[in-house]
Amino acid sequence: MIYINSFIFCGLVCVLGQVILDNTKLTPGHVTTLFVVIGALLDTFNIYDKIILWAGGGALVPITSFGHLLIHGAMAGAYDYGIMGLFMGIFDLTASGIASAIIFSFVLSLLFTPKD
Amino acid sequence: MEKSRYKQIVDKHTPKENRLINVLVCFFTGGIMGVIGQALIDTYSNCLNIPTKDASVFMIVTLIFVGCLLTCLGWFDKIVNFCKCGLIVPITGFAHAMMSAALEYRKEGMVTGIGANMLKLAGSVIIFGVVSAWFFGLIRIFIMGA
Repeated sequence: MIYINSFIFCGLVCVLGQVILDNTKLTPGHVTTLFVVIGALLDTFNIYDKIILWAGGGALVPITSFGHLLIHGAMAGAYDYGIMGLFMGIFDLTASGIASAIIFSFVLSLLFTPKD
Repeated sequence: MEKSRYKQIVDKHTPKENRLINVLVCFFTGGIMGVIGQALIDTYSNCLNIPTKDASVFMIVTLIFVGCLLTCLGWFDKIVNFCKCGLIVPITGFAHAMMSAALEYRKEGMVTGIGANMLKLAGSVIIFGVVSAWFFGLIRIFIMGA
C-alpha cells in the first residue's frame, strides 16, 4: 500500500514542478529552490512529518525532503540549546546528502571527462 | 500587417510541446522514482537490519550516487529530455546540478575550476534551504516555543 502512496505523492510533486516549468519562465533551478523552501515551510508546523508517515519513501525522494530535514535538524538543536541551537543543528540531518553529493561529484569529475 | 502575418506563420511552424503528455510522463516517472526510493528503504532496512530512519539516509546517498554516475556517462540529459521534471524534482536533480557544474569547469583546474564552481547551480538550493529553514525555525520558536 505504501508503494502506491509513494507513487502518487512523488508523481504529484513532479507534476507540480512540470506545470510551473511549462507555464512560467522559471528555470529548473528556480523550481528546485522553490520546492526546498516549500518543504521547510510545510515542516515548520509538522505537516511534512504526516506526509512521510503516509507516503514513506515517496515523500523522501523529492527535493522537498531536503528542506524538511534542514528544519528538522534546526528544531532538534533548538530543543536542546535554544536559539543558538538553530545554528548548531541545521546541518545535522542533511550532512549525509550534501557531503555525499560533494564527494561523489569531486571524485567522479576527476575520473570522467564531459561528454556532449 | 506584415509583422502579424509573420508571427502567425512562425506560430504555425514552431513545434508545440504537448503539455498533457508532459504532465502524464512526469507523473509516471516521478512516481516510479518514489517507488524506487521506498523499495531501497525496505531493502536496506531488511538486509542490514537498521531502523527505517537510517535506511532513508542510505537511500538518499544511493540516489545521489546514481544521479552523479548517470550524469558522468552522459545519459542523464537524454533521460531528462524524455521525462522532464520526473527526474529534476527528485534528489537526483540536485546531484545532477552539482555533477554537471563540476564536469564543466574541470578543465580550469582543481581549485579555480572544480572547487570554485561546483556549487554554482546547486548552491541556491543549499543557501535558500538554510536561510528559509533558519527563519522558519525562529518563527516556530516564537510561536510555539522550543
